[in-house]
Amino acid sequence: MVSSSMVETVSDLVMEIPCRAPQIKLLASLLGEDECPLPSSIFMYGHSGTGKTLVTTAVLERLGVLTSHVNCIEFYNSRVMYETILNQLSGTVPTSNNNYSSYASCDNLGDFVGHIRNIGSKTKQRMAIVLEHSERLRDCDANILPVLCRLQELTRDVNIVVIFLSTLPIDKFRAATGFLEPIVIHFPQYSEEFYKNYINLVLSVFYLATKGFPELQHQVQLNFKAYCEPVEKGDAEEYDIRRLWRNIEPHLKKAMSSVYLREVSSAQYERMQQLTETAPQDVALVKAGLTSKMELPFYSKFLLIAAYLASYNPARTDKRYFMKHHGKQRNTKAKIKAKERSSSQLVGPKPFPLDRLLAIFYSIVDDKVTPTANVFSQISTLVTLRLVTQVGGDDQLDAPKYKCAVPLDFIRSVARMVSFDIVRYLYDYS
Amino acid sequence: MGLKRQKSPVRSDPDLMKEVQKQLRLNLRLWGTTKEAGKRLKSLYSEEAQHLKDLMTRTLTLGESNSALLVNTVIEKLEASGTLGEGVVVRLSGLLQTDDRLALKEITCQLKLENATANKVFGSFAENLAFLLESLRCGSKETSKPVIFILDEFDLFCHHRNQTLLYNLFDVAQSAQAPICVLGLTCRLDVIELLEKRVKSRFSHRQIHLFPEDKFDPHYLNIFEQLLELPDSFPSKDFSRKWNSDVAVLLKDSEVIQVLKRLHNTTKDVRALKTLLLLCVSQLSSDQPQMTGHMFMRAQSLFASEAKTNMLQGISVLQLCLIIAMKHLTTIYEGEPFNFEMVFHEYRKFSRQRSTMQSFERPVVFKAFDQLKCLELVRSVDNNRGTQREYQLVQLMMTPLQVTEALGQLPGIPTDIQQWAASSLG
Repeated sequence: MVSSSMVETVSDLVMEIPCRAPQIKLLASLLGEDECPLPSSIFMYGHSGTGKTLVTTAVLERLGVLTSHVNCIEFYNSRVMYETILNQLSGTVPTSNNNYSSYASCDNLGDFVGHIRNIGSKTKQRMAIVLEHSERLRDCDANILPVLCRLQELTRDVNIVVIFLSTLPIDKFRAATGFLEPIVIHFPQYSEEFYKNYINLVLSVFYLATKGFPELQHQVQLNFKAYCEPVEKGDAEEYDIRRLWRNIEPHLKKAMSSVYLREVSSAQYERMQQLTETAPQDVALVKAGLTSKMELPFYSKFLLIAAYLASYNPARTDKRYFMKHHGKQRNTKAKIKAKERSSSQLVGPKPFPLDRLLAIFYSIVDDKVTPTANVFSQISTLVTLRLVTQVGGDDQLDAPKYKCAVPLDFIRSVARMVSFDIVRYLYDYS
Repeated sequence: MGLKRQKSPVRSDPDLMKEVQKQLRLNLRLWGTTKEAGKRLKSLYSEEAQHLKDLMTRTLTLGESNSALLVNTVIEKLEASGTLGEGVVVRLSGLLQTDDRLALKEITCQLKLENATANKVFGSFAENLAFLLESLRCGSKETSKPVIFILDEFDLFCHHRNQTLLYNLFDVAQSAQAPICVLGLTCRLDVIELLEKRVKSRFSHRQIHLFPEDKFDPHYLNIFEQLLELPDSFPSKDFSRKWNSDVAVLLKDSEVIQVLKRLHNTTKDVRALKTLLLLCVSQLSSDQPQMTGHMFMRAQSLFASEAKTNMLQGISVLQLCLIIAMKHLTTIYEGEPFNFEMVFHEYRKFSRQRSTMQSFERPVVFKAFDQLKCLELVRSVDNNRGTQREYQLVQLMMTPLQVTEALGQLPGIPTDIQQWAASSLG
């Protein structure tokens, strides 16, 4: 039924939104032109940043469908969702004029369906409900998904379609009884390489790490200035790709280590780049500062180190590390094998009792420390800072167990500060 | 078919096409039926329909079926025949009325008793129910209007607390005060087992089973034909006659038959057929006013795409590496859960030894791993709150075989990764 105006709309959209032609055509043809009965529900999935929302809103707008567009993340209970959808469909805007009241108060699906029926009989227009992040709906009441899937059936003769947008495939949604299979549309990841030279370069570096469009876009924007630099300075021609590549390669390498992470905002990143040019050493400091900014008291540092050792070393090896005369150790082949198999760096920290922690602590601190309340309170401070976590029952007041919760890099920098060679004491590394 | 198109230029008239679309889409709506299809369906289940009709005119029952269609057509027929003239139909759905209070509210609403209840403000559920029951009971067989209760998704009503509503409805039905009829619709065969003893004893134990006739030829093909048929009421008689004969021709097309057979072998659900046909119908346009085998092939490819492979296609090489690492871990530890550190260790081993690909820093890998978790390709094994995220135990949500198959279908994976995936020792 694709008539001429329909064809025009679609071709317009295809021009506007690159690389999404098949999806646009499919969605538009499914929805059909004015007055056509809509399908019950449509499910669209694809990775984030593949244009699901853009395509849906654009197509619905062009076809003149009355749309309610909601994001499921926003709703802490289903009542808020029902009322928002009803407001949008009925065109009610809570303002001071109507005393911030919504279209109707509605806290169950029965009422919701009733209200939709009312609105439908009034407007006579085709309606659509677009639900973004619909995977969140699985956490709501069990009957929401089935009802939304067959909303058209339950409301009787209201021409309404429910469009689910999600990053998960439909398999993850099936569960409840009465689930009506929606029509599924898949949005593939963009694979086209637009923007030729520059983008090609950046893509070749980052494409291995991420295919997410938002992430690539971010990187492309970040590094474009560096790319243009030689051209602006007049060192290179616009088309001299090799020279440009040589210029930008170190920048990209650096950015590579922080792809996805966005520890710093773009502005900060640029400032950091400028710093590199003036004084390269400073940056190392800045970077180190990011990870180990936490300033701890002297004994706390040792306590933390002791906790790390207690977590990652087996208790039977304590004798070897912390006593003066521990007898000779022989490394048999079997031992080495066993070590490889159950490296605690892979398995994670093990819990340890307080006594063991204190014993290790006293043996690694050089000067004599009296076991005062001060030391104990420092342990509880470490727990509140989440550097050490308390595990096991709270029922054992006399012998609580702890686990160290910091990564190796962190503990290394702490140990460096108190000039303690932690690697020598670690079972996995000695 | 191109020949035919030349013969009848009328066909590409956009307005006419619009009408065709509209009619076909009505035919293909996932719920309900058009008049003609309803008639056909009723003739198919004529015995059951007769049974139900008898019961409804006479007595009260719980019918068990997986199809709401039948009941609707019967009711339509009853409405037409005038038996139902003074009766009232109350429709409830287990999906909407999730507890007895809501159900009761809906019943009062549909019986138009709100005015009566509004005058007396009811405090509790019990009072409300008492009132409703009284109003149902006060009548006698001769004087009061018959009420038919249709409970869709009947099994969900069984989960209500104490099954109070069901108990009372059945009780009224059994004690033959006011003429009411309770019809339950469900697809659960064991639904009687869900009823409590006292409820069960009041139930009339009339079950009507509807099993679809599911032979490919002629039943399935009949349904197919009838879904695509244009009714006699279609404005252009010429066109609809031609269209209907074309549909009959379509049934002899080998491509179409092949597609239909394949669908029939996977599911006999008519809804799946309707969805497939809708995908075909939406391809119709004034340039292409006829259904072709090619359309069916295209609709099928849309219909049956593998979601997991689709998702894998969109992830990056790094994430693919992680999945392969996890696949190896799953085989090594025989399905035991593992944590990020182990996955990272595997990945490092690979990137150090075999790969020409540059290796990534730990935070980057961790973030990539996190995204896999968001896509639910990896799921954390429960109750490990409190442990560091690197050490939380997770499981891969695909079998090793699935991973290998999916990888085989993906284009453009670097060779060393392919070899790594194929190697058995990780």
